[in-house]
Amino acid sequence: MITLPLDIQLLFAGILFMLGLVGVLVRRNIFFILMSIEIMLNSAGLVFIIASAYWKQPEGQAMFIFILAVAAAEVSIGLALILRVYHHYRTLDVEAINKLKDKE
Amino acid sequence: MNTLIALVPAFPLLGFLILALLGKKTSKKIAGFIGTASIGVSMILTFIITYLYLHQLPEVKSYSVVVWNWLQTGSLSVNISFGLDALSLIFILVITFVGFLIHIYSIEYMDKDIDFKKFFTYMNLFIASMLILVLANNFLLLYLGWEGVGLCSYLLIGFWYKDPANGYAARKAFIYTRTGDVALILGIILLFLNFGTLNIQSIAHAAQHSWATGSPIAIITALLLLIGAISKSAQIPLQPWLIDAMAGPTPVSALLHSSTMVTAGVYLIARNNLLFTLAPSIMLLVAIIGAVTLVVSGFSGLAHHDIKKILAYSTVSQIGYMFLGLGVGAWSAAVFHFMIQAFFKALLFLGAGAIIFAMNQEHNIFKMGGLRKKMPVVFITYLLGASSLAAVPLITGGFYSKDAIIWYSYSSPQGSIWLWLAAIVGALLTTLYSYRMVFVVFYGKMQKEPVYKPGWKMKAPLIILAFLSIFGGFIDMPSTLANFHPLSNFLDNILPETQVIKSGNLEWLFETISGVIVLLGIYLSYIFFIKKRDAAEAFSLTPLNKFFENGWGFDTIYDILIVRPVVWLAKIDKRDFFDQINIGIAYCSVGLNRMLSFTQNGKLRWYLMTLTLGVVIILTYMIFK
Amino acid sequence: MNGFFYIAAGVAIISTIFVITGKNAIHALLYLIVSFLSISVIFYLLDAPFIAALEVIIYAGAILVLFIFVTMMLNIVIEKKKEKKWLKPRMWVIPVILAVTLFFDLVFAVKSVPSHTIEKGIVLPKELGIAIFTRYLPAVEITAILLLIGVIGAYHLGSQKKKVFHRFLEKK
Repeated sequence: MITLPLDIQLLFAGILFMLGLVGVLVRRNIFFILMSIEIMLNSAGLVFIIASAYWKQPEGQAMFIFILAVAAAEVSIGLALILRVYHHYRTLDVEAINKLKDKE
Repeated sequence: MNTLIALVPAFPLLGFLILALLGKKTSKKIAGFIGTASIGVSMILTFIITYLYLHQLPEVKSYSVVVWNWLQTGSLSVNISFGLDALSLIFILVITFVGFLIHIYSIEYMDKDIDFKKFFTYMNLFIASMLILVLANNFLLLYLGWEGVGLCSYLLIGFWYKDPANGYAARKAFIYTRTGDVALILGIILLFLNFGTLNIQSIAHAAQHSWATGSPIAIITALLLLIGAISKSAQIPLQPWLIDAMAGPTPVSALLHSSTMVTAGVYLIARNNLLFTLAPSIMLLVAIIGAVTLVVSGFSGLAHHDIKKILAYSTVSQIGYMFLGLGVGAWSAAVFHFMIQAFFKALLFLGAGAIIFAMNQEHNIFKMGGLRKKMPVVFITYLLGASSLAAVPLITGGFYSKDAIIWYSYSSPQGSIWLWLAAIVGALLTTLYSYRMVFVVFYGKMQKEPVYKPGWKMKAPLIILAFLSIFGGFIDMPSTLANFHPLSNFLDNILPETQVIKSGNLEWLFETISGVIVLLGIYLSYIFFIKKRDAAEAFSLTPLNKFFENGWGFDTIYDILIVRPVVWLAKIDKRDFFDQINIGIAYCSVGLNRMLSFTQNGKLRWYLMTLTLGVVIILTYMIFK
Repeated sequence: MNGFFYIAAGVAIISTIFVITGKNAIHALLYLIVSFLSISVIFYLLDAPFIAALEVIIYAGAILVLFIFVTMMLNIVIEKKKEKKWLKPRMWVIPVILAVTLFFDLVFAVKSVPSHTIEKGIVLPKELGIAIFTRYLPAVEITAILLLIGVIGAYHLGSQKKKVFHRFLEKK
């Protein structure tokens, strides 16, 4: 129903993706990192829907459903892991999990 | 016949391989047996070859067998090829026979040593290398044997490696002979460049046709070969290593440093006689070197008190005689003297080994005395050996061989009165120091009881060698006595005949003079070393004696001239440019590691950052391409 | 119609910015829900009403609610002070540079292709259903298995040993 040129819509999805990326890189709370990942996933799905609308085919929407399912599974397991991390380290700081540091 | 020739060096080599690879597993007895048996088989083969060779004379004078093709690059084709003629036959007879006797002796001598098996391994390798050297038909194979004996000399001198002084002596020997090796290989390269082949016979024939006598190229080549010979045979100025080489076990001194390895230089010159005759100035140089060496080392032998070092100086002196003979063109006389020298010098060394054992590792002759009643066999054989060394007239082998050289040093075309005088003085000194040894060790008051009686394995070689020292000389008697020349005729098949330009009547006179000198020497040593022994002992402590004892200061000169500058250069080069490059590489690696380990800091967001950075770079590159 | 798009887009972007700069977890989650809702509006505007419904029901309604439940369980609100310390402006510099560079790449990529416009037309959910249940059936099966894995994993990771004390009384 909208008749915007394709670039603007894609750029909008791109902006959302960038915001998610910045969120992942900047935040120190694991929780927020996970949230930013959700933002990124969502924007990727948005691109698929835009493509589906352009080509008038349902494949893009099917892809979005699958992305949704993947995001759901990933969030559940991610949150379970965060629970474990919290029980062990007593903090949600991602810098606390640095056992793989290269010791001099 | 050809196969037999190729088998002669093969058996000691086989013995070496078996002992080297399996030596640890075999018992001492078996190792000793294998080591000696391989030489024994070679010896029997040599006897068979001698018999066959004598039968084929005079039609076939030399044999040659190619075992396989060693290398072939461009125009150079080198085979493993052995050649047999009269000269090499004499040499391999001596090497295998004396080697076999010394191996038997070593079984008893090295019995208590922990490295018994290693000893026989090295000795077998040595005999194999020496046989290759003597039988080689081309220069490269000769050089292989040359290097092989140098290596074995190093291994055997430093055999008791736990004492650093032995290692030092071994290194000294190796470095001195290395100088000669360099000269030798340069000479070989020159010959190859000029003639395009390395076959000894071909080179000799080609040189006769293409080089003029006395041309610079002939002089240079002969000089290089001479330097190689000097280093291996321990002549002046490269002689100090032989004295220190006495740090090795006595059988080693008997085999390597008296009869075989040090005569490799004599062999080299005799083999290349055609080349040397093309450079008469070098021949004269050979004679002068021989003459000077025999006088200088004669004095040193007289001044020393360590029994093995006296014998070492004596070896240097006798090889000086051989060089003198070669230099004046008395080729067969020099080879004859080589043969007799091998017998009596090996005998003297083996006897000295028995004495050292009996005196509980004592080397100083002035601490020994009166042994003749307690060790009769050793005494008699030692006396016979010393008499042969001194060339006691008419009854010993040494007389015939040494006298031939002394006569030719005057009478041949290159001979002169001065060379003869040097030879006579040398003969006097030889008599003096040989009888000095006999009288001081075996006569006089007994200072120490012998703690060890040699068994039959040590006595039998002594007896055999004593027999040969006496009767070996009778195979070539001068024209004044019996005119019986089987050996010279035999050797004249391959070596040029010695020319004589002074008249034969003088020969009588000169022989009488040398005989008288010898008897005078015996009398003088009797006075000094039996009657006035204490005076002799006191004289041995004076500075003049010390000067002679130190080998006329050659060691000090070399130390100042060569050793110190090289060591100084090595010290200032310790942290040189190439070293810094290597250190720099290691330093860079460590630095890079530090930098890169910075990226492994365990922080999740850092990893994500680098991930994004990578993605950005790749995408930017792809988009802007 | 285009105006609706711009409004929804603006709401989405602004609320996303509040998400990533938020210090309070619950507030950030709520902003995220708002963002997803506005994106759902955009889906509707893009002729995908079924997907718009799915976005609200599943994404905003299940996944983010899961987030909120975990937040409440872990009592993350306490960490507000730390968040302030952690989010200094200088932390933002490099990520923003990287993101902007990436964005410029995207702009360049998009602009290098001649521009198209979306025509009128709607994709019916019926077609979507036919697509995923005939042509892409294996993918559906696999997704189902994936969700099963998620369930099992979450159950296993989330289970704790039986404790005598309440866990907050334990580690003090």
